[in-house]
Amino acid sequence: MMDAGLGAMARALGRGEVSSVELTRALLARIDQLNPGLNAFISIDPELSLAQAAAADQRIARGAAGPLTGVPIAHKDIFMTRGRRTTCGSRMLADFVAPYDAHVVEQLDAAGAVTLGKLNMDEFAMGSSNETSHFGPVRNPWDPSRVPGGSSGGSAAAVAARMVPAATATDTGGSIRQPAALCGVSGLKPTYGVVSRHGMIAYASSLDQGGPIARSAEDLALLLNAMGGHDPRDSTSLERPAEDYRRDLALDLKGVRIGLPRQYFADGMSPDVRVAVEAAVAQLQQLGADCREVDLPNMALSLPAYYVIAPAEASSNLSRYDGVRYGHRASGYRDLLDMYQRTRAEGFGAEVRRRILVGTFVLSHGYYDAYYLQAQRVRRLIAEDFRAAFAQCDLLAGPTSPSVAFALGERSTDPLQMYLSDIYTIAPNLAGLPAMSIPCGLGDGGLPVGLQLVGNYFSEARMLGVASAYQRASDWHLRVPQGLATRAAEAGDGAAQPAATERN
Amino acid sequence: MDWEIVIGLETHAQLSTHSKMFSGASTAFGAPPNAQACAIDIALPGVLPVINRAAVDRAVRFALAVGGQISPRSVFARKNYFYPDLPKGYQISQYEVPVVVGGSIRIETAAGVKIVQLTRAHLEEDAGKSLHEDFHGATGIDLNRAGTPLLEIVTEPQMSSADEAVAYARTLHALVRWIDVCDGNMQEGSFRCDANVSVRRRGDKRLGTRCEIKNLNSFRFLDQAIRHEATRQIELIESGGRVVQETRLYDPDRGETRPMRSKEDAHDYRYFPDPDLPPLVIDAAWVEQVRAALPELPVARRDRYEREWALSGYDAATLTQSREMADYFEQVVAAVGGAAQAKLVANWVSGELAAALNRDTLEMSDSRVSALALGGLLGRVIDGTISGKIAKEVFDAMWSAGAVESAAADRIIADKGLRQISDSGALEAIIADILRANPGQVAEVRAGKEKAFNFLVGQAMKATRGKGNPAAINTLLRKALAD
Repeated sequence: MMDAGLGAMARALGRGEVSSVELTRALLARIDQLNPGLNAFISIDPELSLAQAAAADQRIARGAAGPLTGVPIAHKDIFMTRGRRTTCGSRMLADFVAPYDAHVVEQLDAAGAVTLGKLNMDEFAMGSSNETSHFGPVRNPWDPSRVPGGSSGGSAAAVAARMVPAATATDTGGSIRQPAALCGVSGLKPTYGVVSRHGMIAYASSLDQGGPIARSAEDLALLLNAMGGHDPRDSTSLERPAEDYRRDLALDLKGVRIGLPRQYFADGMSPDVRVAVEAAVAQLQQLGADCREVDLPNMALSLPAYYVIAPAEASSNLSRYDGVRYGHRASGYRDLLDMYQRTRAEGFGAEVRRRILVGTFVLSHGYYDAYYLQAQRVRRLIAEDFRAAFAQCDLLAGPTSPSVAFALGERSTDPLQMYLSDIYTIAPNLAGLPAMSIPCGLGDGGLPVGLQLVGNYFSEARMLGVASAYQRASDWHLRVPQGLATRAAEAGDGAAQPAATERN
Repeated sequence: MDWEIVIGLETHAQLSTHSKMFSGASTAFGAPPNAQACAIDIALPGVLPVINRAAVDRAVRFALAVGGQISPRSVFARKNYFYPDLPKGYQISQYEVPVVVGGSIRIETAAGVKIVQLTRAHLEEDAGKSLHEDFHGATGIDLNRAGTPLLEIVTEPQMSSADEAVAYARTLHALVRWIDVCDGNMQEGSFRCDANVSVRRRGDKRLGTRCEIKNLNSFRFLDQAIRHEATRQIELIESGGRVVQETRLYDPDRGETRPMRSKEDAHDYRYFPDPDLPPLVIDAAWVEQVRAALPELPVARRDRYEREWALSGYDAATLTQSREMADYFEQVVAAVGGAAQAKLVANWVSGELAAALNRDTLEMSDSRVSALALGGLLGRVIDGTISGKIAKEVFDAMWSAGAVESAAADRIIADKGLRQISDSGALEAIIADILRANPGQVAEVRAGKEKAFNFLVGQAMKATRGKGNPAAINTLLRKALAD
């Protein structure tokens, strides 16, 4: 049952084949067993989870269950969860207990989902490897010497290791898709404004978007149904009628036009990733899709534009962590300025401090036009590129990440090298477009490769349909990291330290 | 040396909304510290601002009242700086594209009428308060005020004396209260001015270096601060010095301004558009909706009083100092039967009533005599039941007891027996007694001395304890003396 997806679990719960309490217990036991090795969870609260599960079982018994009632999930620790510690992966909020629930958490609670705990992440969602977390790096379930990607590394690793069937995550420049790709799971970043940011701790407000990580397109749709929808507390939340993201899951690919951006298939992708992605494209074509080359001429500018806009917004968003009202405050200080300086120097890690400095610089008098305004112009050009591409096709396909999971420590000393991990994922955030990653093969070291799909605004249902068609015809999304098959876990035969993955 | 003073004012008017600029917390004054600060006001992680529509309504109302342009798309920006009473580490304010552009305010001083042009008016949120007393070396933070909506109204540097600056501030103060944009309570900080002051030699085209005097929260301080600052600058230049651009504070106890911070250590606020807030879009329908609910403006009413009710410019100006006073005045006029009595009503409202309010430091809305009750009283003056002099006595009685109904005056007149004596029989008897008792004066009147006649009238009024109808007494006395 633990290997079943979200949808299968929900159906089993509805039929009374298993209770939510049983499922919750089993998964908590698996977390107990695997988390010391993977470090995917920052906090769990079994009592709270079991109480939610018991309530869900009652609701099922009353016949009042919804599509997610009793299903265990977990939240990225960027979402405020009332009464639970919410750290954002930072020392600054290491002991911060949230006094209110994020919109996403409210919605999933209302749907009856059971929260198993809070998932590890790069500090304030700044990172592509989960190594910037104050709570230590998450390890990739496929190879614990490698990173899971970031910033939603905990979410992707927990789903990959079957500690939880699905998880919430956020994506500012690839933070859902890149870890999903590196951990061999599926992840969707919706159109900007589809998922409310209320209670989602801000990194870069104009780019941040919440979304699900799960094991299949079907499960992503199920979770997004609960996560999405208008919320008046977020002025950038879009006023659109609720949609059923499952409506196109049975989509026939015949006639679907898939654009292959020339810039995504140029040099820069490692050979093993290229093999897997091209094979996936070929398979989509076999399934009836009409694939064609398209051009995104300003793609190369997305990375520099992102590293101006995101740090600029972050430098302002993170000003509230000043030690005055909540969070970390330095113990010995001489005066107000000293308190600010020490508190922020101690509370923030190196990558967060770097981005605050960059952001402060690009917004400074005399530099604003050259950096911030210029980056905003580039942003419009990129959106325009996508608009032109979508005149010729329904969605775009390409790699999610230029390489498979890299080793811990390999890029953490070289920020530029680390930033290049997001080269394919950033552009959709700048344009506000929906984008997803689904497993499409195994590359060097038997490590997962992700196929990225980018859609036009509000085409989530259609993208999920394409992903679902691919997943009906392939089994990459069903692969389990070696040693983590759930039967082995149930038998308790020492899978706590995940071993190297099998070669394929 | 002949100097010219140049003044521009920036006024922060706290908007009279129930909730804050970007949150649902209450804006009521005087709550215990931090009792009115919600998650958004204290900037918890994950919270987001939502624009208060009522604050925008007020900005539009202001624009319509001063003839400013309403930006169809204005932009909220973040002004970044660290301070303990600024919870987010930035203030949300409008920077490059304000909600109101232009407009003007007409002012009057002894020097005449002047039109002061407005540069702009923009929406922003207030900061909290740092409390340095009572914490034994530490600082307390009260965030009740954090997020309170403000309209910052900026003039061109067009005023050339403290008198003009004060006249502008008073006119603006009256206007924002009139259109119910701001309660104007200066003690509570709802209306405060920053004055930009510079001096130049008369005839010089270029502006001098300016100093900004912050947070002047009374008209008196505004007046004094500008005078002191102008004198300081003139003396500085005349003694060979140079004015340095800086922010200064006025110390009313010492009667001087002193530096707060200089341009060199001014913050780099790193303004940029707030990504949490899409541009504020105000369409024509919204503007029309506000326009439809806009009250008649003071200037329009003044004109009407002069044109239709033949009031003097002075009376019309006095009565339109506040909407409450003008409304009250019009209610009394309506109660006494209209335009013909407008002058009498004007005298009473700007005379007795204003004096009583002033004496008891009451607002118009707290008047102890209602418009209806004053109308009832003046009706008795008009129909000759009492004289104007007795009416003042009745008014005082109404004021001390409180009078709401139109019959209040009648009751007092009856209870105190103040009804005017117009009955000729009764008056003739009294007059005959007076003539008998004052043969000397009678002789003088007959010799053509008018002063003696007035003495006899006075004696008659005295004998009737003021209730005698003066006109009737006059006529009867003349008749008796002619006999």
